[in-house]
Amino acid sequence: MPTPSRYWREIPQRYRFEAGKCRSCGYVCFPPRLVCPRCGAREFEDIRLAEAGSLVSFTVIRVAPHAFVDQSPYAVGIADLDDGTRLTAQIVDCDFEDLKVGLRVKLEFRKIYEEGETGVIYYGYKFVPE
Amino acid sequence: MRDVAVIGVGMTKWGELWEKSLRTNFVETALLAIEDAGVDRIDSMIVGCMSSGIFTGQEHLASLLADYLGKTPVPAARVESACASGGLALRQGFIEVASGMSDIVLVGGIEKMTDVNGHEATFALGTAADQEYEGYHGLTFPALYAMMAVAHMHQHGTTREQLAMVAVKNHANGSKNPLAQYPFKISVDDVLCSVLVADPLRILDCSPITDGAAAVILCPADMARSMKKPAVRIIGTGQATDTIALSSRKDLTWMESTHVAAGKALEMAGLAVKDIDLFEVHDCFTIAEIMITEALGIAGKGRGGRAVEEGLTAVDGKFPVNPSGGLKAKGHPVGATGVAQAVEVVKQLRGEAADRQVKNARRGLTQNMGGTGGSSVIHIFEAD
Repeated sequence: MPTPSRYWREIPQRYRFEAGKCRSCGYVCFPPRLVCPRCGAREFEDIRLAEAGSLVSFTVIRVAPHAFVDQSPYAVGIADLDDGTRLTAQIVDCDFEDLKVGLRVKLEFRKIYEEGETGVIYYGYKFVPE
Repeated sequence: MRDVAVIGVGMTKWGELWEKSLRTNFVETALLAIEDAGVDRIDSMIVGCMSSGIFTGQEHLASLLADYLGKTPVPAARVESACASGGLALRQGFIEVASGMSDIVLVGGIEKMTDVNGHEATFALGTAADQEYEGYHGLTFPALYAMMAVAHMHQHGTTREQLAMVAVKNHANGSKNPLAQYPFKISVDDVLCSVLVADPLRILDCSPITDGAAAVILCPADMARSMKKPAVRIIGTGQATDTIALSSRKDLTWMESTHVAAGKALEMAGLAVKDIDLFEVHDCFTIAEIMITEALGIAGKGRGGRAVEEGLTAVDGKFPVNPSGGLKAKGHPVGATGVAQAVEVVKQLRGEAADRQVKNARRGLTQNMGGTGGSSVIHIFEAD
């Protein structure tokens, strides 16, 4: 398993929803990047993502990777946030039957999983129906 | 640039090969290709493999395989592009022969996936997604393709039954392939009643976990004409990338890397898609084949589901897709798949495909991709 330091460097995006907005063309990169995939510029400003949006697709995972076996089955989705950014995350606190394209969701800070041997708990964002 | 031909192919039965090690399986296949070509000299080896480090704890693969094949000190290299590793190995072998760097090149593909349990295999395959982003949230490959399927159904009206028809067609084709992992037929009902993996994809929408290898021998086309077997030339090759994260794409239902790579390969060959007689494509999930037929121009945008329903992609249809059984029935040892696609097309163009032979096949196309289409490799073959 990866060491905790691998996760510390992700804290700005995972804890504070920080993205990079290209100073040249305005494209919002999430996760943040060093080079804008649209125009090639390298100057970005840190912005905070919108905290709500609408699902563009979703699924319920029934066969999970080993770190997520205890959570299975769980829903994941891709949402268009209200600022136009597209984001992937788990969808929680909902019935699977209620999932549909267009469903309004908000981002909440949650536990993602914990790593068994060292007991480190990893946090991040999840979608919750509005 | 020199013209390049395939002069030998080798493949053994795929499946859960617990009794065979990674290196044994590779060497068996390589020996078949060497025997088929009727050459004993190998100038260089390229091996496609996605994840032997996670699946078997084995790296330094190319040298290991050169050693066990008894070919040291030939140069040997491993290439990796997730599930497109085999296709990329073929492309690197092509470049090596075309450039004049080497004359006779062995291109192999290998994966040994059943030495780990299902959850570990799911994790290993998931490493082809962005691990610090998609992987962190527990995303799996079936889940990513399931989200493409949900979007395709929502945007284009593709039906659950049309997805199933891809699996039914490919199993019918695979039932005639003695080397396939699952050489039996299934029905639409079988697919719809099978266990859910990631809604709406069920286990019979998914290619299996497979152990397997495949190999081909390449040489300059001029040299090939004096060899034992009828030569099949590689007349086009194309490769392209796309964003790794599915959410970075504007349209979740479109395979841009396949579209771009196919355009490059067809341009190199001086052909249009209508000139191709058969296609071996990367149907890792049923929705993948539907999206690939659209990206290749076999079906219009959003019409891939209707194409399979109308029989356009059947072996006796206008565009036969996956006469081998595809990844779905033949199996999908990830690093070997791209090479095995070439093995099937060469057999078809030589007229050696027995019961699954596509009539009057002169040109074939292979499409191999990694991740959710983060990479695509296309090759076009022509009977010499």
